[in-house]
Amino acid sequence: MARMKFLCDSDRCIECNACVTACKNEHEVPWGINRRRVVTINDGKPGERSISMACMHCTDAPCAAVCPTSCFYTTADAVVLHDKDTCIGCGYCFYACPFGAPQYPRVGNFGSRGKMDKCTYCAGGPQADNVSAEYVQYGANRLAEGKLPICAEMCSTKALLAGDGEMIATIYRERVQKRGYGAGAWGWRTAYRETLSV
Amino acid sequence: MLIKRSEGRAARQRLAASYQGLSSGGLDRRSFLRQAGFAGAGLAALGAVAPSRARAAGAATGVINHAQPVQRIKNICTHCSVGCTVTAEVQNGVWVGQEPTWESPINRGTHCAKGAAVRELVHGDRRLKYPMKMVGGQWQRVSWDVALNEIADKLMAVRAESGPDSVFWLGSAKFSNEGSYLYRKFAAFWGTNNVDHQARICHSTTVAGVANTWGYGAMTNSYNDIRNSKTMIIMGGNPAEAHPVSLQHLLSGKERNRAKMIVIDPRYTRTAAHATEYVRIRPGTDIPVIWGMLHHIFANGWEDKEFIRQRVYGMDEIRAEVAKWTPAEVERVTGVPGAQLRAVAEAFAKEKPATLIWCMGATQKTVGTANVRAFSILLLATGNVGADGTGANIFRGHCNVQGATDFGLDVGTLPAYYGLEEGAWRHWSRVWGVSYDSMVERFDSKQMMGAPGIPTTRYFDAVTLPKDQIQQRDRLKAMVVFGHGGNTVTRMPEAVKGLEALDLLVVADPHPTTFAVLADRRENTYLLPICTQFECDGSRTASNRSLQWGHRVVAPIFESKTDYEAMYRLAGALDAAAENRNMPVRFREEMFKPYEIRDDAPTAESILREINRGSLSTGYTGQSPERLKLHMEHQDKFDLVTLRGREGTPVAGDFYGLPWPCWGKPEWKHPGSHILYNTNLHVKDGGGTFRPRFGVERNGVTLLAEGSWSEGSEIRDGYPEFTTAVLKRLGWYDELTAEEKAWIEGNGGTFSWATDLSFGIQRVAMEYGCVPYGNGKARAVAWNLPDPVPVHREPIYTPRVDLLAQYPTLPDRRGFRLPHLGVTVQNRSREVAPNFPIILTSGRLVEYEGGGEETRSNKWLAELQQDMFVEINPADAAARNIRDGQWVMVSGPENNSRARVKALVTERVGPGVAFMPFHFAGWFMGTDQRARYPQGTDPIVLGESVNAITTYGYDPVTFMQETKVTLCQISAA
Repeated sequence: MARMKFLCDSDRCIECNACVTACKNEHEVPWGINRRRVVTINDGKPGERSISMACMHCTDAPCAAVCPTSCFYTTADAVVLHDKDTCIGCGYCFYACPFGAPQYPRVGNFGSRGKMDKCTYCAGGPQADNVSAEYVQYGANRLAEGKLPICAEMCSTKALLAGDGEMIATIYRERVQKRGYGAGAWGWRTAYRETLSV
Repeated sequence: MLIKRSEGRAARQRLAASYQGLSSGGLDRRSFLRQAGFAGAGLAALGAVAPSRARAAGAATGVINHAQPVQRIKNICTHCSVGCTVTAEVQNGVWVGQEPTWESPINRGTHCAKGAAVRELVHGDRRLKYPMKMVGGQWQRVSWDVALNEIADKLMAVRAESGPDSVFWLGSAKFSNEGSYLYRKFAAFWGTNNVDHQARICHSTTVAGVANTWGYGAMTNSYNDIRNSKTMIIMGGNPAEAHPVSLQHLLSGKERNRAKMIVIDPRYTRTAAHATEYVRIRPGTDIPVIWGMLHHIFANGWEDKEFIRQRVYGMDEIRAEVAKWTPAEVERVTGVPGAQLRAVAEAFAKEKPATLIWCMGATQKTVGTANVRAFSILLLATGNVGADGTGANIFRGHCNVQGATDFGLDVGTLPAYYGLEEGAWRHWSRVWGVSYDSMVERFDSKQMMGAPGIPTTRYFDAVTLPKDQIQQRDRLKAMVVFGHGGNTVTRMPEAVKGLEALDLLVVADPHPTTFAVLADRRENTYLLPICTQFECDGSRTASNRSLQWGHRVVAPIFESKTDYEAMYRLAGALDAAAENRNMPVRFREEMFKPYEIRDDAPTAESILREINRGSLSTGYTGQSPERLKLHMEHQDKFDLVTLRGREGTPVAGDFYGLPWPCWGKPEWKHPGSHILYNTNLHVKDGGGTFRPRFGVERNGVTLLAEGSWSEGSEIRDGYPEFTTAVLKRLGWYDELTAEEKAWIEGNGGTFSWATDLSFGIQRVAMEYGCVPYGNGKARAVAWNLPDPVPVHREPIYTPRVDLLAQYPTLPDRRGFRLPHLGVTVQNRSREVAPNFPIILTSGRLVEYEGGGEETRSNKWLAELQQDMFVEINPADAAARNIRDGQWVMVSGPENNSRARVKALVTERVGPGVAFMPFHFAGWFMGTDQRARYPQGTDPIVLGESVNAITTYGYDPVTFMQETKVTLCQISAA
């Protein structure tokens, strides 16, 4: 089986936010929930760089480790998903996640958050593939259709890569060798406990 | 910090409330659906929505029924000019999904934030749903028939009282080619040249500048071709935000060739963040920067001497001007150190091919045309035109601004740049199948028929100025606006007065636009819902001159109509109104007789065929609907870099989208011209030469090329444009077929390649390998312009009053039927500058486009950018006690103007410079105008418009407005 990963080439990311709206459009993600966002460092200064961020689908995901209801599960493709019917909206996963991925629809009285929502790697949820119940809770299941996450597929400069970890690492390595520079695979050490050497 | 996009979650509480509840009333369809539990029942309770549509709305939640077939339809993104293909997934007539279009050679599956969110445009929670009119200051729903009949009657009343020139027809760069052409034809049949569109305010100076240099007003190469460049300078442009998908090609060029990517801009833009070199300049000093570069180039002999000898006229006069711009003087005026500029100049001249990319930072200036000319001259001096990886890569703004410009939505020309002279009118009268005399009768006079109209930058002046200052029978009384924002033109406080004084205002658009809410109008204001191009068939021309056919994705939603249908029905209503008033003029019959009419509208295909018959001058003749559709079908068979169709495919040899000029008839199968003026190819294979448009000699010096010709030309030197006389002199006249001769002789006998509707002259010229328009030199000196050699002129409002005596703007003059002040206004700088010390410039954000009504109504985009802001340097902010994120008041030097916005304190702008995006509207001078929108059509995000602050200042050639350099003061609010 493939080991699915995300890789954002920060030397190409121009913060156009296509990944963000593509995700919103694909899954009809409500206002205020951001499964993916673009973070910019050194905004407006030399050295400005942007990185598109979402759930990285970690190896031994910390969210799963802290979840009191064990709602997380990892698919055969190494995609980290969760079951909203089990989720109690406690927010532990938010504190555990190194990438700030978990999102909550409500902030109401007594801190009630509602069911957690996050990037599904366009792989839906625990229901049968591509049924309407799955769509309403988790959005589209592109992986089941043989497609990759829409954010990476639509990335304007092909900075955001998604797919089997080996394959996207090879693409990135070739790119760096050709152009002579590369800031590395951001977040990989944290998420996948490995780095990408060029 | 709410306005920083890097923190996407920030403002969700505040606007989420207004989003959910839809602040000005009405029911959000999705929240309704949520309450209704996704059941179809009860949806018909939404009164405005027809039952069939309501059923469809259930599916519009995005759930694709995977058990049913999904239809895939290709159209083109309706935002910028890159021309990304959008693949829509449609089920039961509803657009349910969007997939990457891997096969498009332009975007290869990708999109920017806007392109990835286009499906939302066609779901249209905030769209204008039915025609409306203003009654006593309140919007009322009316039917299309009532609206059109009332509008037509009022237009005929204005015509009877004040003449046809008192109606201003403002068109759109969002039209398809066919819509643009039809709208221009409509204005011609109405009898006025007061017809314009967004090109006036984005690249009119580019068109004037480059057309006056080498012949055609367009990007010379293509986005894809930038992959071949070894040096690229981006000057006055921020494509990372304005044309994000183009960065795919730029960054690829940078990576493949290890190319230098140099950004010259007052702002450290998101594009600059990826550059190998960034040069910060003072706004409004582009010409000194270019001359400063040329100073180094000439001083070191880096210029391309052979290219200049063969293909350029007047470079010596440039040398004389450039000699004045020593590194010291350049640094004094622009702030750029000499050594940095020398390195940039050396790279551009020596590491070839090099390309110069520019956008509105160059064009939206009082010296816009001169800027563009200087840019072109730099390319000519270094021999960087007419080959792979070189050229003037002018990134245009809207999805079809190139096509709309080509089809003459312009006060100064008929379609395809024929101009307004009698010959041009005779040509188009022949194409349209009407008599020239009948066209003359439609105008106030033959003189007005040849007089350029009033540009959109000044329409309100033509409403409010005293009658004796306007060179037409009466002031503007009525305005018909198709697809145009009201916040896109400078001096908005004065526009408000103009809009209030109009007898009639008609806004035809998918959204109400700023026009509908800006002024306090009580009556005689109409809104017509027009669908987007996704609900319409037709072709559009991307910035690289490639045409792409867009197939209708879904039927127009709500009661909206296509542009074609709106114009067809308006013409019919005008006929009825004329008949009621016993006026002899008629419109529909003569205008629409060449077209196939289906469902109460002319078909796009039949309009394009008429375009193909008549647009010889620009080579818009070979792109038949069939060929364009074939290209869309076989997008995957084109090469990524050369854009050529691969051998053995149905599109073999063609360039993608048949970029104009695509000579001759469609059946001749000309491949289109990927790169303009490329002498390395045969004319039949897309080659070309510089176009001699300005005679064959001047002061005893030839204007024809010397020792340079396009591949395979039998005339191995320069030659003038082809006419019947030239053919006779060359002894080639008898190679015309009997049929061609019969047409020419039957219609007067004297024709040029551009007016010969038999196409014989073009055919014979090309048989000999000659370019029909001739083989001339590019003009470094354009003697017909106010500044034949571009010279630096300080902006109208400048903080550098010490430079005014040496570099003043032009004296007051007249143009386009109106007075045009120069020095009189500029002299105010001396008193204004001390109180308004900060230079204000404006530009784009990636999430929004143009006036922003459409994109600010799109929730996927609106969520990302919720506040209007001003970028201010930390030093300026500290001096004013302004903290990041707080409210500030930006005030301008005219009309006591001010805008309440948020401060974004950043080093992106230099000290003494502030930047504001131009997409916002709906607040005006501190007042929220949300309540003025018809119920349920208010954009999610509103904000102050930068153009409330921007000031007087126009380019002398095109009346382009100055949006990039004015003065302001900023204080905590």
